[in-house]
Amino acid sequence: MNPSAAMKDGSQLRQKEMIAEHYSRLAHSPHTGEKSVYTFVPGNLTELVRSFDLLPVLPEINALQSAMRGKSKDYIAIAEKLGHSEDVCTYVKCDVGMKRSGNLGPTGEHLPDPDLLLLSYTGCFTFMKWFELLKEEYKAPVAMLHVPYQAEGRITTAARDYVVRQLKESVIPKLEQVSGRKYDEDKLKEMLARSSRAEDDLVHVLESAKHRPSPIDAYFGGVYYIGPIFTAFRGTEEAVGYYRALRSEVDERIAMGKGPVTPDGEMERERFRLVVEGPPNWTSFRQFWKMFADEGAVVVASTYTKVGGVYDNGFRHDPERPLETLAEYCLGCYTNLNLPTRVDMLCRYVEEYGADGLLVNSIKSCNSFSAGQLMMLREVERRTGRPAGFVESDLVDPRYFSAANIKNRLESYFQMIEQKRAGGAA
Amino acid sequence: MKAYVGIDLGSTTTKAVVLDDAGATLGRGITNSRSNYALACEVALGEALIAARFGLLDRELAAAGMPEAERSRRLAALGLRFRGRQYLAQLEVFRRIAARIVAHDLLARGVAPVVDGMLDRMAGEARTLFAEGASRKSDFFRDLAGSRFLQLAEEVSRDGAAAFDRLVGVFDKAILEVENTPSGAEDFGTHARAASADLEDAPDALRRAVEAVASVPLQVASSVGTGYGRQTLPFPKEQIRSEILCHGLGAHAMFPGTRTVLDIGGQDTKAIQVDDRGIVTSFQMNDRCAAGCGRYLGYIADEMNLGLHELGPMACNSSRPVRINSTCTVFAGAELRERLSLGEKREDILAGLHRAIILRAMSLLARSGGVANEFTFTGGVAKNPAAVDALRGLIRENYGEVAMNISPDSIYTGALGAALFAWRDARRGEEAAA
Ligand code: SF4
Repeated sequence: MNPSAAMKDGSQLRQKEMIAEHYSRLAHSPHTGEKSVYTFVPGNLTELVRSFDLLPVLPEINALQSAMRGKSKDYIAIAEKLGHSEDVCTYVKCDVGMKRSGNLGPTGEHLPDPDLLLLSYTGCFTFMKWFELLKEEYKAPVAMLHVPYQAEGRITTAARDYVVRQLKESVIPKLEQVSGRKYDEDKLKEMLARSSRAEDDLVHVLESAKHRPSPIDAYFGGVYYIGPIFTAFRGTEEAVGYYRALRSEVDERIAMGKGPVTPDGEMERERFRLVVEGPPNWTSFRQFWKMFADEGAVVVASTYTKVGGVYDNGFRHDPERPLETLAEYCLGCYTNLNLPTRVDMLCRYVEEYGADGLLVNSIKSCNSFSAGQLMMLREVERRTGRPAGFVESDLVDPRYFSAANIKNRLESYFQMIEQKRAGGAA
Repeated sequence: MKAYVGIDLGSTTTKAVVLDDAGATLGRGITNSRSNYALACEVALGEALIAARFGLLDRELAAAGMPEAERSRRLAALGLRFRGRQYLAQLEVFRRIAARIVAHDLLARGVAPVVDGMLDRMAGEARTLFAEGASRKSDFFRDLAGSRFLQLAEEVSRDGAAAFDRLVGVFDKAILEVENTPSGAEDFGTHARAASADLEDAPDALRRAVEAVASVPLQVASSVGTGYGRQTLPFPKEQIRSEILCHGLGAHAMFPGTRTVLDIGGQDTKAIQVDDRGIVTSFQMNDRCAAGCGRYLGYIADEMNLGLHELGPMACNSSRPVRINSTCTVFAGAELRERLSLGEKREDILAGLHRAIILRAMSLLARSGGVANEFTFTGGVAKNPAAVDALRGLIRENYGEVAMNISPDSIYTGALGAALFAWRDARRGEEAAA
């Protein structure tokens, strides 16, 4: 990820190095002979992929990184020229445009073509279309993992067995084929044990926001915190080290009673505590964040930081049941949860984190996230009795970020909270 | 006496409302927003303070035992003379500025006496312009003086006294400066005394009331700003409130039973839910696109070469509204031309267009929580009868019979809300101090 100037904590520098190293390793892979697997963040199978010594590439991360570096606009324009309509998910268009512009990754280095497209299908139908396009672009083989939606609000044995069977019968054989190695369960178990350690530390960090003032921003800051664990690093020593360090940094902040670091430095006074639903906007990430920080608004919990997987409900990767645990992980990621479960989760956040209310950032081009959001908003409002707010933007298409409009709505929302607090006196 | 002020700095007009110690409205003022926001506020506030003094005059006369009908007749007459005096004062400001402009422009020097002559005539006409029953298209100085100046310029140029273009040039330059020069309009005492002297039959009670009110110091105890340009107001942050909150509270003050407010302005549309104290509980507003806002109707009016205020009445003549689904502002013109070329009638197309923007508003209303109870419609579009009809029909269709309020003063809703916030803030400050 791309830490802002203000975020020069040790963990941030470390993360930056990890990522740079990974991209450079990818760039050199044609010479080193290392092979790459393109896959998705929600329900990713990083440990499994890396147990075959394959390198994961995450097109979603490339897209958001491109947006943060101001490149997505041109990439999207290229994709639209190729015939993709305005309504297509902008991650997809950004990715397609990047490929057509020479496939230079966010650090400016060349990205290798995929040796395998690992399509972990969780909750979003666009995933299938996206990799169908990439399959054509790269003429690469696809391994499909179909993850059933949690329609009943829990992971059924049948669903888990179904995912495990696919892992055994189709995903693992494909990985063996591409890597030229045999499936090594002991190696996988070691990785899963490391995942679980990192996950403990991550949950500790995320839950630190229950303190007042919260030492972290669990949305804008949170996307940095989830970077390593949801991308290429889960199950590695580096990730374990990163989360250990992050945890002690955050503990230090708590001990000193400090608020979160924002683009303008440390937040002096926490005025509003919010739960946020929906992904952030990446093209104006800092500007968007500043709109919160300027008003003293801290995000104490967010659902976006659970897209890769939900850990704060107790889930940890379990090295003793390697394939089952991977299946449960995929089934449990946020986008794969049904709406009542998401509402429960949001209400729980509002209560447990002592939030003033729920704010939804509705993403113009992401149907997967947007469907049902207003229903969720109303329901959370009704159940918690705390006011909800609603803003609209996009992931990586700068045309859909209207700063004045968003600022207006945010300010109104903050004032609404204030007014409600004062019981009508303000 | 203490006054509490709310200012709503909109994209086209700036409104001010002044409240008294009891939180009751004393006066309102409005002006066009021009490019200088700070000045627009000053002018609107000046107007509102004058209106507030007229409010005090009314109280004064009531206390002196003058019956209500007479009070309102006398104050209306005084008001007209007062406006006439203000107009004359502004004409003098204009004369000064125009003289300077002409003196600096070698080529225009010759027109100085011509301009002077024109202004003399305009000053001479002020009495008739502000006579009882005289009609004025607008009360803004720019519009009033502008239209007459241009007529006279045509006249004198026909006689060969000066070139029309040159005179227009002088006007355009001067009026900008005039608008940026505070007119002293708030100088209540001077104008009010002169105005009452202008009235032949002014009773002593009126003269005494004018004196009494002119000497009351009106002290602005606290103010709150809102509106499109609120960030540019020279107020500290705590004194700036969102339009959404102000509209909610303002509508509640006008109609205490209101639970839902729809505001369709030039730039945006908002659907607001308030509780029984006027506190906003939820809201939705249009996204970055202007579809479904007043601006859309503005484009249509331009496209049809009509004034904005003519659209609604024309649409009301429709017998068979055309079904239009798109409210894209950019394509509005194309859509219109296509329909016309298909032989559809103007009024039927217009009725369809009005319905289309109201449909957008219906979606925002639904998303904000629907309409369950008394409902208030505000914003510039609430003055448009075709939009009101379409809204009434769609509300009934979707939510059944609910009371729908439209205040003749709805343009002041935001400013009223802001003033109430100012009043409440001051109250709280006092309570905290006590
Ligand atoms: S639609 Fe949303 S969830 Fe699906 S790929 Fe695009 S951004 Fe991701």
